[in-house]
Amino acid sequence: MAALAVALGLTGCGGARTDAGSSGGSTSSGDAAASCVDTSGDSVKIGFLNSLSGTMAISEQTVRDALDLAAEEINADGGVLGKQLEVVGEDGASEPTVFAEKAEKLVSSDCVAAVFGGWTSSSRKAMLPVFESKDALLFYPVQYEGLEASPNIFYTGATTNQQIVPGMDYLKEQGKTKVFLVGSDYVFPRTANKIINAYAEANGIEIVGEEYAPLGHTDFSTIVNKLKASGADAVFNTLNGDSNVAFFKEYKNVGLGVDTTPVVSVSIAEEEVGGIGVENIEGQLTAWNYYQTVESPANTTFVEAFKAKYGEDRVTSDPMEAAYTSLYLWKGMVEKAESFDVAAVQDAADGVTFEAPEGTVTVNGENHHIAKTALIGKIGADGLIYTEWSSDEAIEPDPFLEGYDWAEGLS
Amino acid sequence: MSPAGTAERRGGAVGRLLTGERVRTLAGFAVAAVALFGVAPALLSDFRLGLLAKFCCLAMVAVGIGLAWGRGGMLTLGQGVYFGLGGYLMAMHLKLADAGPGGVPDFMLLYGDGTVPGWWEPLRSPVVTVVAIVLVPVALASALGFAVFTRRVRGAYFAILSQALAAAFAILLVGQQKVTGGTNGLNGFRSFFGYDLADPVNKEMLYLIAAGTLLAMVAIVRLLMRSRFGELLVAVRDQENRVRFLGYDPAAVKVVAYAVAAAFAGIGGALFVPIVGIISPADVGVVPSIGFLVGVAIGGRATLLGPVLGALAVSWAQTSLSEQFPSFWTYFQGALFIVVVAFLPGGLASLGGVRRRWRAGRAERDDVPDEVPARAAQAPTTPSETVTSGSTP
Repeated sequence: MAALAVALGLTGCGGARTDAGSSGGSTSSGDAAASCVDTSGDSVKIGFLNSLSGTMAISEQTVRDALDLAAEEINADGGVLGKQLEVVGEDGASEPTVFAEKAEKLVSSDCVAAVFGGWTSSSRKAMLPVFESKDALLFYPVQYEGLEASPNIFYTGATTNQQIVPGMDYLKEQGKTKVFLVGSDYVFPRTANKIINAYAEANGIEIVGEEYAPLGHTDFSTIVNKLKASGADAVFNTLNGDSNVAFFKEYKNVGLGVDTTPVVSVSIAEEEVGGIGVENIEGQLTAWNYYQTVESPANTTFVEAFKAKYGEDRVTSDPMEAAYTSLYLWKGMVEKAESFDVAAVQDAADGVTFEAPEGTVTVNGENHHIAKTALIGKIGADGLIYTEWSSDEAIEPDPFLEGYDWAEGLS
Repeated sequence: MSPAGTAERRGGAVGRLLTGERVRTLAGFAVAAVALFGVAPALLSDFRLGLLAKFCCLAMVAVGIGLAWGRGGMLTLGQGVYFGLGGYLMAMHLKLADAGPGGVPDFMLLYGDGTVPGWWEPLRSPVVTVVAIVLVPVALASALGFAVFTRRVRGAYFAILSQALAAAFAILLVGQQKVTGGTNGLNGFRSFFGYDLADPVNKEMLYLIAAGTLLAMVAIVRLLMRSRFGELLVAVRDQENRVRFLGYDPAAVKVVAYAVAAAFAGIGGALFVPIVGIISPADVGVVPSIGFLVGVAIGGRATLLGPVLGALAVSWAQTSLSEQFPSFWTYFQGALFIVVVAFLPGGLASLGGVRRRWRAGRAERDDVPDEVPARAAQAPTTPSETVTSGSTP
């Protein structure tokens, strides 16, 4: 009994002290934003935060490789504002809470000038409050579901109007009228399909089915049978990872094919084609902004440098290219601002361009996304993806789809 | 400290032993309080203090597991459910509070139809939220416990059941994106009962609340362990049928322990949310549920402080190892777990006992007074036997 009394007394003490502390503190406006970035020496720290363990490691490691390559190139070329980049690498461990923890560590303890990384929506959502409250910068390199624009994040992957909407434009151009939606059960597919439904309604396309499978699900007989019975003439596929193997095998099993019911996928890039097996998806379509086969001098250099560093058998993909590009865009912003200061970089961001492997990209200073050209590709027998259709020019980013009448009420 | 109950029973020098025991306990709590409330805030940066606060929340779950699994023999592989219930309840309240009176949380505008579902509404009230954080996990655990324990489901069957519950809970959260935030979970909180979460002073307050709550939980478990209930719980773990023949209801004893563990997990989850800033299905499913057990197993599940120190140590090791060796830190974690499971089934807390047993030698093991620590060390092996053998006669 005495033990409890004392224990409670002690915790009570703690409680009383905390109350006093907080009542004083809640009035001050929490000026935690004072930057501790050290730019006095001949190097400057930046942070790379990707999952090197857990389920996302297989994808995010490729992004880290591309970031390492970009940092190496920039350092060999004299650095940024004459300072060598000193990379602090962290493992996000495929867990949103770890991403938040490591992001705070990079910003508060390591005092990096900017952080590059993140892949899943949940990792970005977990990091966002950290970057906003510490007033630091995150460069996020993956296509995502849009409906977001933070002053502290630069989004160098596609937003929905640069990937999903062009994908639907393409299907419409091909005269498809009955589209079936299949996706993994998480935020990106559900949001993408919400947008596709609105698009379809306005464009005379019928959505004949919408099915979700849990992440990692590998039994698609029910879904594929529904797909076959629906009479769909095209499929919009937002499945992630392993599920694609099972889906495409089942799709072939029941006698569906590219000629009658092509599948447009938005999560299958060069990296994934090998894992799914070329024989299962040859001739199918993808929607991205970059393929290894894109013909540009910048891409030739990028692919050659990547293969030289990591091996001839490696491929380059859209998220890797977007990550590579993000480091160069930050360099461009810093050099335009002539400062590593966050506010100066934000002010300088608008209009910064880079001759990226995918083509010329331009930063939109208002929503911090970048203008990108949409490419519909066809998966070839060699496992690479070849451009089948491309938007006339780089599409301005519109994360909230404000420029589309049919999207009214979506956000 | 676990032999305390045994010492009490032993009669004879009870009085003197108890005073010694009490003094040691008081001293222990005093040291812990000074370390948590004085030394840590003074020495650690805001960032490290925030991490320690997070570890305290995870340790709360561990304290509960120590009671249910270590003392009660119930291998709770699904504590993520209760952690998640507490966390989501708190997160829902914070989202509603940020949205303002009558407001709609941002993610519902983006992913849902822009209206707040009826079952969210009560959580606008801070009082309802705080009560629900304790009562909802307790109610679920009691209902599940009665259904399961009165049917004498135990061992591996209970473990599988509790794990399935965690898996189902995570899938449910993912599927109901419009009202739960889906895989992204709930995040982006700005204030905690009116206090600005971006302010370092308020972050320190959260740490102090978490540390104080953890200490209080340890004190409660110590009280329970020394009580008649604690004796019964251990008896049920070791010989459920004999307890039943003596006229007690083993199911009731187990339900209480399980419900207390659920309440601790719920409170841990609730404090985790403002400290970390996000709760998502990734924090409540099978993997985190097993993660909670790792610290308890390494620290020593049947002791009072083993689970707490184990959970704190494992969390701390995860963080510092992953900072030092971002690309291969997981191997260290695996290796530590293998070493403990293979050579120290009672956890690190049994190190002392193991050494003593070795020194005492086999022949002297029957000596009564020296055997107390050894028995404490041996005790944990019993539940794992029940787990493997599974069914009851």
